[in-house]
Amino acid sequence: MAELAIETHGLVKTYGSTRAVDGVDLAIERGGVHGFLGPNGAGKTTVIRMLATLVRADAGTGSVLGYDIASQADEVRSRVSLTGQFASVDEDLSGLENLRLIAKLYGYSPKAATRRANELLEAFALTDARDRQVKKYSGGMRRRIDIAASIVVTPELLFLDEPTTGLDPRSRNEVWDIVRAMVDFGTTVMLTTQYLDEADALADRISVIDSGKIIAEGTATQLKASVGAGALHVRVMEREERDKAREILIRELGVEVELPTDPQALSAVIDDRTRVTRALSALDSEGVGLAQFSLGQPTLDEVFLSLTGQPAAETAGSETEEAA
Amino acid sequence: MSTETSQAESTPEPAAENTPAPQAHAITHALANTERPARPSALSTSVTFGWRALLKIKHVPEQLLDVTVFPVVMTLLFTYLFGGAIAGSVDNYIAYLAPGILVQSVLFITMYTGTTLRTDLDKGVFDRFRSLPIWRPSALVGMLLGDAVRFTVAAIVTSVVCLLIGWRPGGGFVGVVLGVALLLVFAFSLGWVWTFLSMLLRSPNAVMGVAMMVMMPLVFASNIFVDPSTMPGWLQAWVDVNPVSHLVTAVRALMDGMSPGADLTLALVWSAVLVAVFGTLTMWKYRDPS
Repeated sequence: MAELAIETHGLVKTYGSTRAVDGVDLAIERGGVHGFLGPNGAGKTTVIRMLATLVRADAGTGSVLGYDIASQADEVRSRVSLTGQFASVDEDLSGLENLRLIAKLYGYSPKAATRRANELLEAFALTDARDRQVKKYSGGMRRRIDIAASIVVTPELLFLDEPTTGLDPRSRNEVWDIVRAMVDFGTTVMLTTQYLDEADALADRISVIDSGKIIAEGTATQLKASVGAGALHVRVMEREERDKAREILIRELGVEVELPTDPQALSAVIDDRTRVTRALSALDSEGVGLAQFSLGQPTLDEVFLSLTGQPAAETAGSETEEAA
Repeated sequence: MSTETSQAESTPEPAAENTPAPQAHAITHALANTERPARPSALSTSVTFGWRALLKIKHVPEQLLDVTVFPVVMTLLFTYLFGGAIAGSVDNYIAYLAPGILVQSVLFITMYTGTTLRTDLDKGVFDRFRSLPIWRPSALVGMLLGDAVRFTVAAIVTSVVCLLIGWRPGGGFVGVVLGVALLLVFAFSLGWVWTFLSMLLRSPNAVMGVAMMVMMPLVFASNIFVDPSTMPGWLQAWVDVNPVSHLVTAVRALMDGMSPGADLTLALVWSAVLVAVFGTLTMWKYRDPS
């Protein structure tokens, strides 16, 4: 009868005439990473801010680690940490000063605060930059000092609001490693992201949110199954051969094949990846030359298209794997 | 369409600089190694936030320009502009003006509290402060405490300029210190008006604009520059109830070595009222800022 990490019923937040969050019900268990996936403006950040007691809900109830977010906000605050979308550290201060500041605010003595700050700087590979102002940090370093500030006192639950937006691939992998290390330790992480592959790489369960409402929930595998195994993109060498290629692909894949505006391109959403190889060899043996082909994971766009019938408001860029 | 973004995740980016990567085991160790000290007192967290304000001065020393240059310019300008006309000579006028110009310099500088806070609120660092289990007003109280250091610098600079011009306060050093202390109490209280404005308004410029409109009648329609007895009746009525007038009268008395009487009480009462009203309003908006 372990309490849930997060439980909400009908959370609503209105800004002017927009319902930023429109009746969100969540039941998130302790441990692991819960992904909160949605495009910009879907209401992810507002939900996180309500749960972290930064803004008050206009309607509905919520509890975090068993404490009510409205009436027991202080209990919630002493158990959770938040890493915001924008660096939630003081950019004018150095990395060391920032961590000492947070440690002192948690009640550390000046000496203990310095010791804790140095320990975290070391763990996050920021020792060399400790006396530099945070505004002079690179994007990846900024995220790291931000996360370090969130675990000065180890939280039971950590909110990570779009931790990798705007980061280069290397820094992104570093943040992922940090999140995995925290989960291994036993911290519950609630992560918002616009990237399906990020949710896929980290989250045990995913809630998809759009226009303030939860539109799907499940594991990454379940969500992807709902949009098929992926998409095959093909470009033929000669545009005259496109129709012939289409016939072959329809025959071999057994699904509808789309003709995008590019006169040499074809694309198909597929359920069964094993048929792709056969389809490609069929094209080859029947003399259709290919300029390019790729088998992509479904993108956030495709998830949204399939869940809502509309593309996501803002696309998150296409994530293609197994490019040929 | 045919997006060939074959950015395989496994391809290691060439390291731009030779930065070491964070180590998972060190992070796990740091997580395990945490302690949970007893919750600090309201005073302790406020002082910590005051320390933050001082660190900011250390990193951005330009912040001290407004508290040094501004008071010097104001003092010189008003003394030499009005001195001859109002009191016959600069020497006579400085005795009347010095306590008033001190008050004016410091009160004008308090407005920066509002614009600084508005800028901070937009940066996300206040999200972190507000998500901490601490006495809620401490971030703002600490900020005002840190500002008190700036106000003190302004008061010292103004006093030195006035002394150089020829001001010889009757209350001596102790009188001046007492006057400045009262001024700091009032400035701290007035600061809550600006913190409230910065919770209401969305840009630092808007905060400055509205603060200026509030400030003008408080500072200029007072007894800082001239004795109100020559003013028309309606203006005298305002000057009589203007809290800044009571403050100036009390500061003047303390610095001249006389008893400040009822004006001291009134200045302190006004300070308490400002904190009670605008402190409460600020904290009410602080729960859910726009």
